[in-house]
Amino acid sequence: MSGFWGVARAIIGREFLRFIHQRERFLAALVRPMVWLLIFAAGFRAALGLSIIPPYQTYITYETYIVPGLCAMVLLFNGMQSSLSLVYDREMGSMRLLLTSSFPRWWLLFCRLLGSTAISILQVYTFLALAALFGIVLPLPGYIAVLPGLLLGGLMLGALGLVLSSFIKQLENFAGVMNFVIFPMFFLSSALYPLWKMAESSPLLRDICAFNPFTHVVELIRFLLYLQINWGALIWVLGSTVVLCTIAVWGYDPARGLMKRKS
Amino acid sequence: MSNTRQSAEANPGLAVLELSFHYGTKAALDTVSFEISAGTFCGLLGPNGAGKSTLVSLLTRLLVAPDGEISVAGCNLRQAPRKALGKLGVVFQQPTLDLGLTVYQNMTYFAALHGLPRSEVPARIDAALDRLNMRERAGERVRDLNGGHRRRMELARALLHDPSVLLLDEPTVGLDAAARQAITDHVHDLATQGLCVLWATHLTDEVRDDDQLLVLHRGQILARGQTSDLRGDQTLSDWFLSQTEVPA
Repeated sequence: MSGFWGVARAIIGREFLRFIHQRERFLAALVRPMVWLLIFAAGFRAALGLSIIPPYQTYITYETYIVPGLCAMVLLFNGMQSSLSLVYDREMGSMRLLLTSSFPRWWLLFCRLLGSTAISILQVYTFLALAALFGIVLPLPGYIAVLPGLLLGGLMLGALGLVLSSFIKQLENFAGVMNFVIFPMFFLSSALYPLWKMAESSPLLRDICAFNPFTHVVELIRFLLYLQINWGALIWVLGSTVVLCTIAVWGYDPARGLMKRKS
Repeated sequence: MSNTRQSAEANPGLAVLELSFHYGTKAALDTVSFEISAGTFCGLLGPNGAGKSTLVSLLTRLLVAPDGEISVAGCNLRQAPRKALGKLGVVFQQPTLDLGLTVYQNMTYFAALHGLPRSEVPARIDAALDRLNMRERAGERVRDLNGGHRRRMELARALLHDPSVLLLDEPTVGLDAAARQAITDHVHDLATQGLCVLWATHLTDEVRDDDQLLVLHRGQILARGQTSDLRGDQTLSDWFLSQTEVPA
């Protein structure tokens, strides 16, 4: 059993070392949500009136509203970044080293997922600290309560990245992922506007948003930040994580999966 | 292979039985069978597209064939994949090093991937690096090493967990003549010390007369035996060309 933990430690440690060596990646991961928070939200607050909706018990500023969505955005972008590095690893060969380890493949992939999620969480907390510096302070215990939600959301989006990496043949195809996965997932969610607001313009759009697992990651985070549990969101995220992890393990199965092709 | 130094049954190395593999409808390997005993250096010669890389992927379980069996040091790769992979050392054609990490960090990562006890890891890494005169470079970033040193490091790493079988897929690609010679000599020495070595290449000068030889062509084993017996009076290069009828 100690061997299993040793593998987990090594894979997660490697992810951290790689992350530390890529300072610009860390900076980009922070600048992106801060731009949304300080520029986009400042301009948008006048245009959007928010009523009191759970978990909020009073009127809130638009900046406060979009913080959970931006936390989820950090998880989403990092999940995709992880997927990109998996494709890179496959092209560069280091994926071969990982997959020829004598440990079960599902465990190796899970450790990789855990490593990228740990880095996502670190980025989210740094973002929350910066937001607090700019005056967007959330209930103090909420910062701790949100941790399981970040972990689960990070695992779900990381698993999505794993699935995509098993489908994407070459690094060049990654731009398509940006257009067809990241942007629709982010904009068709409750990250920037509440679903009732979406329903005012189009009930169909609202239904699509409600079906989008990313919406449920956002809501899970939003409620946990205010020390509440959104059970519906929790079940959605848990279910999506299980489904995506299963597809990822299938995708990397040497006998059945998508690795079986001429590279 | 009949004239290996010891019989495969008594001293198992690598055994492949009726292995076939298709990419869609295209056959990459067609009922390939061979045995290599411990203490044998076996060259796997084949022109580009012969099926060498597919065979390496199957031997390392990056791919799994629906038909055929692979046994690594007596362990069936299908039935006991963890045990079999634990006895296999691999040097891939593509570099598999983390360029941003140091030599030592790369070795530690590999040791963990193979479940080596933490207490043993430093001594094993020192010994593995010593064997290839790389110890003084342990603290250097891999990015700063030249091609020859990177390859030596990959070889040292492949031996870290004391494998019984060493598989090398065109390990000298991109190296200069001196580095190529050094690695080829070292791996021949390892075979003399008891390791079972399968060396996939398309360069005939890396195979010696007393080595065993497998020639793979269009997914099938075209010839097998001791190199000197196979080539007869011809040079290995000429003989290989005559067999495969494509430029080497």
